[in-house]
Amino acid sequence: MFFLSNLVNGLSLGSIYAIIALGYTMVYGIAKMLNFAHGDVIMVGAYVSFCAFQYWGLPPVVSILAAMVFCTVLGVVIEGTAYRPLRQATSLAVLITAIGMSYLLQNLALLIFKSDPKNYPAQIIGMPGISLFGGQLKISGVTLVTILANVVIMVLLTLFINRTKLGKAMRCVSEDRGAAELMGISVNRTISLTFAIGSALAAIAGVLLCSAYPIFDPYTGSMPGIKAFTAAVFGGIGSIPGAMVGGLLLGIIEILSRAYISTQLADAIVFAVLIVVLLVKPTGLLGKQIREKV
Amino acid sequence: MSEANQKSPLLKVNDIHVYYGAIHAIKGISLEVYDNEIVTLIGANGAGKSTTLNTIVGLLRPRQGTVELNGMNINGISASKMVSRGLSLCPEGRRIFQQMTVRENLEMGAYSRPAAEIAESLEEMFQRFPRLKEREKQIGGTLSGGEQQMLTMARALMSRPRLLMLDEPSMGLAPILVEQIFEIIKELHESGVTILLVEQNAQMALQVADRAYVMETGLITMQGRASELLHNDAVQKAYLGS
Ligand SMILES: Nc1ncnc2c1ncn2[C@@H]1O[C@H](COP(=O)(O)OP(=O)(O)OP(=O)(O)O)[C@@H](O)[C@H]1O
Ligand SMILES: [Mg+2]
Repeated sequence: MFFLSNLVNGLSLGSIYAIIALGYTMVYGIAKMLNFAHGDVIMVGAYVSFCAFQYWGLPPVVSILAAMVFCTVLGVVIEGTAYRPLRQATSLAVLITAIGMSYLLQNLALLIFKSDPKNYPAQIIGMPGISLFGGQLKISGVTLVTILANVVIMVLLTLFINRTKLGKAMRCVSEDRGAAELMGISVNRTISLTFAIGSALAAIAGVLLCSAYPIFDPYTGSMPGIKAFTAAVFGGIGSIPGAMVGGLLLGIIEILSRAYISTQLADAIVFAVLIVVLLVKPTGLLGKQIREKV
Repeated sequence: MSEANQKSPLLKVNDIHVYYGAIHAIKGISLEVYDNEIVTLIGANGAGKSTTLNTIVGLLRPRQGTVELNGMNINGISASKMVSRGLSLCPEGRRIFQQMTVRENLEMGAYSRPAAEIAESLEEMFQRFPRLKEREKQIGGTLSGGEQQMLTMARALMSRPRLLMLDEPSMGLAPILVEQIFEIIKELHESGVTILLVEQNAQMALQVADRAYVMETGLITMQGRASELLHNDAVQKAYLGS
């Protein structure tokens, strides 16, 4: 039961990583850049939903939607103002800009909300938990919602990418920007859309993350951001199923190492596994070659 | 096509200069394509043929000079807006979407057209390229080189272009496929498509074209009726190997 309970917790944490990793992987696949400010959009999502619920008294669902809308706009604005002018620049210049953007978001949050941690209200995801096996295995409402949200997001996103015209346009831009333009696809609009989707997902991740680990501050997004980036690389950056697999595995490995090996070493083990995977398969678990057959 | 010159050109390129950073790739080129013509642009490797086509379609920007389509200046308009203006480029090097099926590739070619019209055009392409029909569900990257070339052409045609620009459609193909490609070019021309053709295979290009331009290191060095250039000594020496 102890193992099962840890596995469920791992799945839940992994689901959050997977949702964040989607943002990294989609932006990387389509805009060919690492958006290091992505983690901080999670933090923004957390603060917006917090304010909407706590200060403005909006209902939980509306608070979550407000966070999603705010982050979507934020993502599109960040892309349009900071990254778009650098479309022809070297990837190093773009990377540095993204890191700068990350600090900018953190410092703006510090300015507005100060550095003291806040307590995320449990009522935002006010789902009751369930208990199985005569009370031996308890699963919290947040855990259930998180796992479910991840499944729903994956299904919807996969359908969107494979079935819709805009989703197919995204795949074209990801493969060959020039050829996509020749088809009449606007590359700028497609990249904006990618940031919009990624940022809306980051907002959801922020709500889920802070519901599971309620103490948050302006730096809350950076560590999960880095872990999710690792998950994206682990699964094969650019690949959507890869983000899913990478995120889930990373969450499970992290929780199990924490439970069975050592709390302090958990992160080290996660990164050690990553290094081994990349040594054996440099493109990540579901990197390029496999994705081509999907 | 003798009366063509009296009308205003469908495409008019006016003294364009194109740079790659400090490299001056196109040093002032002017050319015209009239409705219902086949015009070919020939020249050695690196002469600037692809650069010229990419500039016309808006993937590259000229630093100087203008490109006019149907009398309208299209400088600075993004490449993604060109298909809806009737200009389609079939790029060099079979740039199909490798991870998409043959059918999806063709559908992307009709991206700017209403969904209701796509089925009909698909049928048309499958008739013109029966091999693609057999491979409708195959992933693009697994097609043979020749099949990929067919797909690139068919995809460019899915937008129903008024002016089709082809960048070396016969590159790397077996002689029989080359024949087939040129056969298709003739058919397209007969069905009313205007064609600007870039080719290494100068012999065949000059045979099929009405007029021709010869490019050398960023400049046009010769131009005229294709049939005349075909028998021109300098052209024969440089490009026809005789
Ligand atoms: N992206 C680029 N960056 C720098 N220089 C380039 C680039 N693309 C082309 N060039 C240069 O511009 C010149 C013209 O190239 P272009 O591709 O237009 O030639 P081409 O006539 O199409 O040749 P080919 O027959 O080999 O396709 C060449 O000298 C080439 O090296
Ligand atoms: Mg070329």
